[in-house]
Amino acid sequence: MTRRVEIVVDGERLFVREGAPLAVALFDAGHRAFRTSVSGEPRAPICGMGICFECRVTVNGLPHQRSCLVPCTAGMIVETSADGHDHER
Amino acid sequence: MTRSAHPDVVVVGAGVVGAACALALARAGLRVLVVDAGFPGCGSSSAAMGHIVVMDDTESQLALTAYSRRLWAEMASELPADCEDERRGTLWLAATDEELRGAEEKRALYARHGVEASVVDAKTLAEMEPNLRPGLAGALHVPDDSVLYPPNAARHFVRCAQALGAEVHERCAAEEIGAGTVRLRDANGNVEVVSAGAVVNAAGVDAPRLIPGLPIVPRKGHLVITDRYPGLCNCQLVELGYLHSAHTMSGASVAFNVQPRATGQMLIGSSRELVGRDASINRQLLASMLRRAIEFVPALERCNIVRAWTGFRPATSDKLPLIGRWEPLENVWVAAGHEGLGITMALGTAELLTAMMVGREPAVDPAPFAPGRLMPALCAGEEG
Repeated sequence: MTRRVEIVVDGERLFVREGAPLAVALFDAGHRAFRTSVSGEPRAPICGMGICFECRVTVNGLPHQRSCLVPCTAGMIVETSADGHDHER
Repeated sequence: MTRSAHPDVVVVGAGVVGAACALALARAGLRVLVVDAGFPGCGSSSAAMGHIVVMDDTESQLALTAYSRRLWAEMASELPADCEDERRGTLWLAATDEELRGAEEKRALYARHGVEASVVDAKTLAEMEPNLRPGLAGALHVPDDSVLYPPNAARHFVRCAQALGAEVHERCAAEEIGAGTVRLRDANGNVEVVSAGAVVNAAGVDAPRLIPGLPIVPRKGHLVITDRYPGLCNCQLVELGYLHSAHTMSGASVAFNVQPRATGQMLIGSSRELVGRDASINRQLLASMLRRAIEFVPALERCNIVRAWTGFRPATSDKLPLIGRWEPLENVWVAAGHEGLGITMALGTAELLTAMMVGREPAVDPAPFAPGRLMPALCAGEEG
């Protein structure tokens, strides 16, 4: 049985399966917009395999991480730009 | 094919240099025909960094870059937003105290030419650019250098020339330039020999194809652009050692040169090599270019690269462009061979050329740029 770990997404604590793709964990938790495009539109994963770059979020301060390729680990700090912050653009 | 039977001037090449020339000539009241084998700004202009920078390899280079930068500054308010013109300033980075003394000499030289610059110490530099590696000695700050997106500037100049009555033909290749004539081939294969009051060869690296013997060789460069990291750098950052790389003609070299774009992206250069017109990526050279960039800005190591590309600087052996009459052929002029300073020098070149063509007093002494001047031979193996 997979262990569940705590991560922080946009300041909120979330319990997720350890090792699950971050994109899946975010989607499971109800996130639909992962980032905001240059033109101000919400963006979410399309390909799920690292090609489309639509699922980028900031992980532990490092911007532009493809959440579909990042496994969840305990204590991970995640920031989406779903609210229109331009740090992820 | 062409509407005007006998234009005053045909400008061959609508890169930033040719487009600026076309506009200046049209403003002088001449009937101008502009032709480009592709479209405005599609050649070296679209591969360039777009750094408007004063450089001082020689007095003549300093005079023309300073004059031309002033013209860009005067034009800044007229440039459309998509030219992304930003007065970023340049920081010439000194790695050692010796280089910093060199920076002070540069500052004094610039002051004599009315170019504002100041030497900043290590602490101030770290405050201005927190992502630079620690341990640098300082820098020369040139606040009025700027950055823009060259292909859109070329397009803008062409449109302005058109508004003044210039005729523009895209996908129209010049094949040969004769005395006041140019043979053109359009996209449908139609060939026409246009005779004009004058022909200006502004075809950059292709200029020698039109006038055999023109001493220009393609000097290849690599550029890389990252994803968006707003605030990672603030000024255009160049190592003072860049001058060594830019000034020695033989061998492949890299130098640190990073430019923050209006989009938040980082444009990373630079490399120089003489390998003819092979546009493929030289992975080894690209890797050493990126290693050099990471040495200066360690945070770049964690940035995503979006794209890498190459381009060709139209280089001459004495590092000065060819601007003026091409004596061997009547009614033929040249505005080409600007190497890495074509964007910077474009407006100055256009003013200089136009002044000579219409008989005005040029603002800068044109003699050092005479296309027929004696130049050092290129070393063996350097011919493109």
